Order: sequence, then structure tokens, then C-alpha cells
Amino acid sequence: MAATAYEAPPPPPSAPPRPAPRRDAVRTWKWSHRLAFGTCWACGIALGLVCAAIVVYMGVRGVQYLNPRLLFTRPQPGLAQSTTGGILDPIVGTVILTIIGIAIAVPLAVVAAVWVVEYGRPAPLARAVESGIEVVAGTPDIVIAIFGLAIFQLPILAPVSFTASGGGVFGRSFLAAGSMMSLIALPLVFGAVREGLTAIPAHVREASWALGKTRVCTIREILLPQVRHNVATGAALGMGRIVGDTAVVVVLLGATLQIERQGSVPILGDLRGTGSTLTSYVYNASPAGEGNAPQKAYAAAFVLLLIVLFLNFAVDLLGRRRKETRA
Amino acid sequence: MLARLRQPWTDRQATWRLGAVACLVLLLITLMVVFVTVRAWPMLRANGWVSWLGPGGSVDDQLGRMIKTGQDPPDAAYHLRAWPLVYGTLLTTGVSVLIGLVFSVFSAIFIVEFAPARVRAVVVPAVRLLAAVPSVIYGLVGILVLAPFVGNHLISPGRKTSVQNVVQLDGTGVLVAIVVLTVMIVPIMIAIVVDALRAIPPAWTEGAAALGANRWETIWTVGVRAARPAIVAAAVLACARALGEAVALSMVSGSRGFSPNPVDGVTYLFEPIRPLAASMVENVDAMNAPAVKSSIYAFALLLLLSSLALSIGGYLAKLPLRRQGLRV
Repeated sequence: MAATAYEAPPPPPSAPPRPAPRRDAVRTWKWSHRLAFGTCWACGIALGLVCAAIVVYMGVRGVQYLNPRLLFTRPQPGLAQSTTGGILDPIVGTVILTIIGIAIAVPLAVVAAVWVVEYGRPAPLARAVESGIEVVAGTPDIVIAIFGLAIFQLPILAPVSFTASGGGVFGRSFLAAGSMMSLIALPLVFGAVREGLTAIPAHVREASWALGKTRVCTIREILLPQVRHNVATGAALGMGRIVGDTAVVVVLLGATLQIERQGSVPILGDLRGTGSTLTSYVYNASPAGEGNAPQKAYAAAFVLLLIVLFLNFAVDLLGRRRKETRA
Repeated sequence: MLARLRQPWTDRQATWRLGAVACLVLLLITLMVVFVTVRAWPMLRANGWVSWLGPGGSVDDQLGRMIKTGQDPPDAAYHLRAWPLVYGTLLTTGVSVLIGLVFSVFSAIFIVEFAPARVRAVVVPAVRLLAAVPSVIYGLVGILVLAPFVGNHLISPGRKTSVQNVVQLDGTGVLVAIVVLTVMIVPIMIAIVVDALRAIPPAWTEGAAALGANRWETIWTVGVRAARPAIVAAAVLACARALGEAVALSMVSGSRGFSPNPVDGVTYLFEPIRPLAASMVENVDAMNAPAVKSSIYAFALLLLLSSLALSIGGYLAKLPLRRQGLRV
């Protein structure tokens, strides 16, 4: 009985009772770790405070100095702040410049991104294009502006810019500034579109090819509609950069007070003429510029900040919508 | 012509056409280097290629004299010693990137590891917003708020009179320039470091936690260590941004081609400087004089080559991360 009897398996070696998992409480840390923890919190809070301080301060000053009359009157040359008019021309200039810049940048960036992701052959060339766009992104805006001046002062490009009475080419106009602005927006749009294209799974393309569609057709009918959100995000980011850029405006747009038409043709003449944007207006109206009008600088900067905030919000919204549609 | 374009493209045509457009970027960069070099050539040749980077005389006087040298200046008219401007660029960029580096690493750790979800929901948009604020607004706040504060409260009248024969201390200067520049570049660095810290596989940090490391030890010894290449890349990118920052610095740096001497002690912090990029913006109106024009293009060439070098540096810095399979 004893040999064949069922023998209960020995109980598993009793492990020492595991201590209940303790929360990793900061109180138990070494003092140096606690110090680091505190530093992290301090840095984070400081960031929030700096941001809040800038927005609130600009908001208070903006509300204090901004009035509708300022928005709808043209700036005038003058010595006292009361006689220098409003900021209508800078606002119009900002809008025109942004439209030109983004209208050039978006098609170029989308084409470049599509080519790099979908064709990308020869591979070294595609990689070179990618790094080239990164180089453009890293180039200071002032260098891009000065380069633009060199290009648009060529006599062959005289028709697109402001020409002096003696026949000298100034190389300054909305067209010149807008085309250089497109270089500043290009890397952002390119990055966003490339991100979107690489996120599309390969089987989507393969399904389309299996149905007999060519690559071009796949791109146009399947892929591009899917990256519409990315194009919009990139465009909004690019617009933010264009709106906020000053160096290109000062160098290539002339930063004249009013929009000055070149020639007599209404729209084309304006595009060939010089003008200013909100950024260059703020720069010139600050104590660093010629027209010392800090109150108007605050008002213009407030409008500028509102535009940037709006674009930032738009990017956020686009990103959120995309996440929802994916999920 | 248009009718042919409107027909459905074949793949071969599309490759060619799209590729040609994409390669415009490369053409553009080449053009940029060529044009800027050609315009800078007379000044570089007249000054013996690199010796214009050295010290000697007042750079503002030299630029002022160039304006009067007429349309066909002799070689002697190109004389320029731009050390104060180079010094201003190196000083502002170097110090603000160093400060920004420490600050952004701690902030990134905060955002990724320590911040409660509610705080994070505030801080992350704040960083995004700080990165989007135009530089001219930072410059405006700097010149209308920070500079008067420094000028009225931090600089004693005695200090002002002690150097009044050399420079005016009105608040704009090294300190304000570095503060403004730091605030401008920190958001960019935080974004890169946060991305890298988030890209670290959870298994790595879980491993550390399983060995008994607390949260700080985990993020510091595993997270930050693994993200080191990204931190270097962030510093490099921030350098590129700081080098090229023209308008904000032209507003808050005091805008004088002056090289402060660290021997001056605390006064050093308040003395005016002017970086290269700011000098370019301010001298654009004087570009009718060929000598000034050539000098500005020489500055542009210097900035262009530095930013090219920094782009390559940033790429090289990220290589180790790519090798580990992290997408940064």
C-alpha cells in the first residue's frame, strides 16, 4: 500500500512572503535624486511661467493699445505716435506674403516628398534631396534673404521687382520675398507630407497595383487623398514660420511703411512693389528701429501673436482629427 | 505642350518630372553657395581670406568708412577686422546653448517622466507655443521690458559712469541677449530630447526598474544615456538657430561692434555686443556701396558654411541612435 499509494507531491518550497510592492515614493530617495527631481519640476514650471508671462503681457498690452481704427487705417510717416496712422498695410502685406510663400512651397514640397518616398530612385539622389532639404531647414533666414537679394538683383529678373529710376534693379518686391519665404516653409511641409506617406502601410499600395493601377494613378487617387491632413498641418506650420519671419521682409521686401505699387497695373504692380509685414512693422516701430512708437509695436505684435496662436491651434486641431480618424 | 501634360502620365514620365522638381533643391543649395561666394570674393581676396576674422580697430568705423568708398573701391577700401562680430556670435550662441542644454534636458525629463498628466497637458502646448512665437516678439519683450529693467535696477549709476567713456550701458547687452536667445532655443531642444526619450524601448527602462532603480535613476542612467546622441543633435540644431538669429538679437544686444572683456567683472554682463547676423540686417540699407555689400556676403558665407557644418554634425550625432534602430 505504501509503495503504490498516491503520494501527495511535496508542497512547493515555501518562498519567503514577497513584500507588498511599495510605491516608489520620492520621500525614500537619496537627497541628490530628490534635488534632481526638484530641478525637473522647477524647469517645467518655469517653462509654463515664461510662456504664460509672454502671452499675458502681450495680451494686456495689446488690448490696451489696439483699437479698430488702428487696424483699418494706413500707416503714415510722422514724428509723433498720434500721427503715424494704423497697421492696415502691414496686415495686408503679411497676408499677401503668406499666400505667395505657401502657394509656392506646398506644391514643391508635396512633389519632392512624393518622389522621395514613392520613387526614390536612384537612391543616393533621393537621400541627397532629403539631406538637402534638411540643410535648407538649417540655413539661417538672414542668409536665405541675402541669397534672394543676390538672385533678384540679376538684371534678367528685373521684371519681378522694384526698379530704381536709374534702371538699377533693387531686387525687392512681394514676389521676391514670397519666393524666398517659400524656402523657409518648404522643409516643414516636406517633413509633414513625408511622415504621412511613410505611415501609409505598404499593402494599401500593393492592393492598388494589384488592381492594375499604375504608380502615378495610385499616388493621385489613393495616397494623396490620405495625406491631405499632413499637407494641411505642414502648410499651417509653414505659414506660422512665414508670418513670423522678419529678416526676409527687411531685406527683400524693403520694409517700406506703405505698400508701394511698381508701375500702374493694379494687382501685378502691387506684387512687384515693396511693402511691409507685421514683423517688420514691429521691428521698425520698436526702439531699435527708426519710428519709435512702442505702443503701436505692442499692438502690431499682439495681432501677430494672435495669428500665430491661431495657426498653432489649427495644427493641434488637425493632429487631433487625424488621430481620431485613425483610431 | 499643356495638352501633353494633361494626358495621364506614365510611370516613367512621372519619375522624371517629379525627380526633376525634387532635385531643384540641390540646385538651389549649389546656387546659394556659389552666389554668396562670388559676391563675397572681392572682400575675402582684399583681406587675405581669413585675416578679416581677426581683431584690429573698431569694426563699426571700418564699416562706416566702407560706405564712403564709392562704386569702384580699391582693395584697401575693403579693410575689415570683424572679430567683435564673430566674438558676439560665438559668445551668445555658446553660452545660451550651454544653459539651454541643461535646462532642456531637465525639462524633457519632467515632461516625459515626472509630470502628472494634467500638468503635462499644459506644459507641452506651452513649449509648442514658445517655439512658434516669432523672434521679433521676443526681441520686443527684450527691448521694452527686460532691457529697461536691467538698465534701471541691475546696473548702478556708478557702474554706468565708470565706463561711460567707452560704452553706454543702457540695459541692452550680453545678459539680455543671452536670456532672450536661451528662451528662443530651449523649446526646439526640448522637442528633440522629448522625442528621443519617448522613442526609448520600454523594456530598457523596465529592466532598470526591475533591478531596483528608482524613477530618477531609471530615466537618468538608462533614458538620458541612451538619448545622448539626440541631446547632442539638439545642441547642434539649437546652435544653427542661434547663429542665424538676426532680428531679436539686433534689438536686444546693444548693437555695437564691441568685444567686452571678461576682466571687467560684472560690468561684462551689461556691455553691448553685436553678432554677425544682426550686423547683416542692420547694414542692409548700406548695400549700395560695393565694399559693404561684399562684406555682408562674406558674413553670409561664414554663417552658411557654419550652418552646413552644423547640419552635417547633427546628422552624424544621430547616427548611433539610428544604428540602434530608434527612429529619431
